[in-house]
Amino acid sequence: MAETAPKGGALLEIRGLVKRFPGVLALDGVDFTLRAGEVHALLGENGAGKSTLIKILTGVYWRDGGVIRLGGVDITPRDVADAQRLQIGAVFQEVNLLPNLSVAENLFLGRQPVRYGLVDNRKMRQRAAEILSGYGLQEIDPAAALGSYSVAIQQVIAIARAVDLSAKVLILDEPTASLDHQEVEMLFQVMRDLKGRGIGIIFITHFLDQVYAVSDRITVLRNGQLVGERIAAELPRLDLVAMMLGRALVTEGAGVSRDRPIGTGAPVVGFKGYGKSRYLAPFDLEVHAGEVVGMVGLLGSGRTETAKMVFGLERAESGSAAVDGQQVHLRSPRDAVRLGFGYCPEDRKNEGIIGELSVRENIILALQARRGWLRPLSFREQEAIAQAFIKRLDIRTPDADRPVQFLSGGNQQKVLLARWLATEPRFLILDEPTRGIDVGAHAEIIRLIDHLCAEGLAMLVISSELEEIVAYSHRVLVMRDHRQVGTLTGAEVTVDGIMATIAASA
Amino acid sequence: MTSLLTLPTSTRRLVGIKGIPQIIGLGLVLLIDWLVSPQFFTLRMQDGRLFGSLIDVLNRGAPVTLLSLGMVLVIATGGIDLSVGAVIAIAGATAATLINAGLPVVVVVALALAAGVACGLWNGLLVSLMRIQPIVATLTLMVAGRGVAQLITEGRIITFVDPHLAAIAGGSFLGLPMPVVIIIGMLAITLLLVRATALGLLIEAVGINRRSSAYAGVNTQMIIMLVYVWAGLCAAVAGVVLTADIKAADANNAGLWMELDAILAVVIGGTSLLGGRFSVVMAVLGALIIQAMNTGILLSGFKPELNLIVKSVVVLIILFVQSPALKGIYLHARSRRIVS
Repeated sequence: MAETAPKGGALLEIRGLVKRFPGVLALDGVDFTLRAGEVHALLGENGAGKSTLIKILTGVYWRDGGVIRLGGVDITPRDVADAQRLQIGAVFQEVNLLPNLSVAENLFLGRQPVRYGLVDNRKMRQRAAEILSGYGLQEIDPAAALGSYSVAIQQVIAIARAVDLSAKVLILDEPTASLDHQEVEMLFQVMRDLKGRGIGIIFITHFLDQVYAVSDRITVLRNGQLVGERIAAELPRLDLVAMMLGRALVTEGAGVSRDRPIGTGAPVVGFKGYGKSRYLAPFDLEVHAGEVVGMVGLLGSGRTETAKMVFGLERAESGSAAVDGQQVHLRSPRDAVRLGFGYCPEDRKNEGIIGELSVRENIILALQARRGWLRPLSFREQEAIAQAFIKRLDIRTPDADRPVQFLSGGNQQKVLLARWLATEPRFLILDEPTRGIDVGAHAEIIRLIDHLCAEGLAMLVISSELEEIVAYSHRVLVMRDHRQVGTLTGAEVTVDGIMATIAASA
Repeated sequence: MTSLLTLPTSTRRLVGIKGIPQIIGLGLVLLIDWLVSPQFFTLRMQDGRLFGSLIDVLNRGAPVTLLSLGMVLVIATGGIDLSVGAVIAIAGATAATLINAGLPVVVVVALALAAGVACGLWNGLLVSLMRIQPIVATLTLMVAGRGVAQLITEGRIITFVDPHLAAIAGGSFLGLPMPVVIIIGMLAITLLLVRATALGLLIEAVGINRRSSAYAGVNTQMIIMLVYVWAGLCAAVAGVVLTADIKAADANNAGLWMELDAILAVVIGGTSLLGGRFSVVMAVLGALIIQAMNTGILLSGFKPELNLIVKSVVVLIILFVQSPALKGIYLHARSRRIVS
């Protein structure tokens, strides 16, 4: 890493930071440098290591290796209070203050001014008003309950508290996620003021527009590794997207042949103007037998939301759905399962597997649920189905009775796939099917997608791995800001084409 | 990596020894019972019916045992039903009032059971459709249910003389007292209901991860509804047995605090209050442990007040044996032995 800034400017230096979790290297020798008086955007997709890095800085996790230097002194934050003492403050998306206490009490919680052993409310309110006026919040009544103000105001009050605890380093973790446009602007003004006071701000967000609006520098992480540090003004948006999503040096090899005739007859599933206000803009989606439709977009672009609507987890307010050309109603996942849909969610642990149940029980669950509880699959039938899929998908487990929670991520994913394949579906939705699984299993899952597609299954696959998407998709839908913004077909399906569409300014 | 490889075998071993703490616990309690009362295991036949302390344990323990049959399913879904004690009162009051109104005993029992099912439906509605926390949802019926029972009895203790209704508790079948027969019957039906169908698996799936289950197409609302209905029905059966036993319905005291014993029985039976894997038979064993202790203390001549303290100590011991912390120590020791 070539250092462009003078050494003296560094406020916080992180060198070679390592953090291991069982089976995962969450941070793999990450460097990060924060200078005084700058807003430094820390970017990366899910699992990139941003939150792990933040949690180490705020003392939630302890690092396994590397050096953290604050103002040239080695530090090891032991817990959140310790991090505060070290002058590292953090404000998160969900304001973690106490809404039922007053603004002033929130600002001074744990360090209220005391007079004769009692809290000096008058002084506290006076000082609170002084602090707040520094943020252009003169109208705020320090005695009023925090909860009576908007999230944006609460956010600023949280920042004021962190700064007043004499923070030199301020971490803002997705502070704008629940704010509207004007509120974001207000927050940015506060950030610029703080910058002027020499505070270093680490800014985490998923909105690229906001990154460019307020950041001086950008550091991108990917899969626990540092991709690079750039000056924001010199980094084209397209390059930033490329850094975040990554791209292999080798261009894709054997992909599917996109010339295969697809689309004869009615699509297996067809959605028209399907949408829900404040959730997802109306979209069209058609998937034919033997077709893989890829869906890409940055985090929070509406990919998973699309999957949830298609699977009946969220009810549509507009538009229509059809299966094999017949109008259908999707009110619940049960409706979707009955129609022959399957959905492997992104959050495998909380929405996919039933951890304490065995591999066998997890595999037969959807089939059993569809048959109803009065028509049980006999143990022998269960065992036969489980063994068949363990063999077919090469699920590595000593036996079908092992609780699925003890399997590796890749094998859990295969169990989920088996669960749906056991129902003999006609339409399968895979949300990030290769996230968090090791390289070997990764390749197997991709082969499996190809294979299932050749067998005539219709599939909607969501992934952040662009090479993957390009390798198996016949068509690619691009999402941005909860809206479908483009469709790439045939020869347009390339990593570059996808990135250009994602990065295109709205 | 060692932990990943060794953990499952250890868990399988733990599953393998599942039930051992309960059986040892029951054995110990019975042993102590025998020590304080040497004739504890003596059974004698009188008028074609078995008598003895052991039979007494089963007889006296019938209401809690019946409650535990429903409670174990509710707890397996991650819920809890505090209202079953009040449902006992409602079912008892219904039975006593109707039998005095001159209805035939079959109709009386059917209506009393229907009252229990209605209570269960109400709980199920609140928990599954309204998504109210089970402890709060059933707390309302725990309080209101006693009021309902008092309305039925008009605040009086209703006594009856009908011999047919009384026979439900006082009669015998093949030498066994009716309550014991009813326990065996209800246990068999419950086992059939959950293990001969897919209900048991689906209950466990919902209890472990309701969200994943719903995503897999499981009708979670129906499953949750069913377990509360079953708890209501079991409570109504217990209410009828209890009322038949004392030949009276006391809306104030029938089944009072019994829901707590039923919950205790389920927990002693090794089913986690967090939901998931459950065992109906072990819950019954848990109920019998509780009753064997009660009977033992009465036989020993100690003050009944002591009962509560002894009970909590025994419960603590059993819970300690099952505690995750102890399992953690055990697994830790094992994995260290393997590593070294």
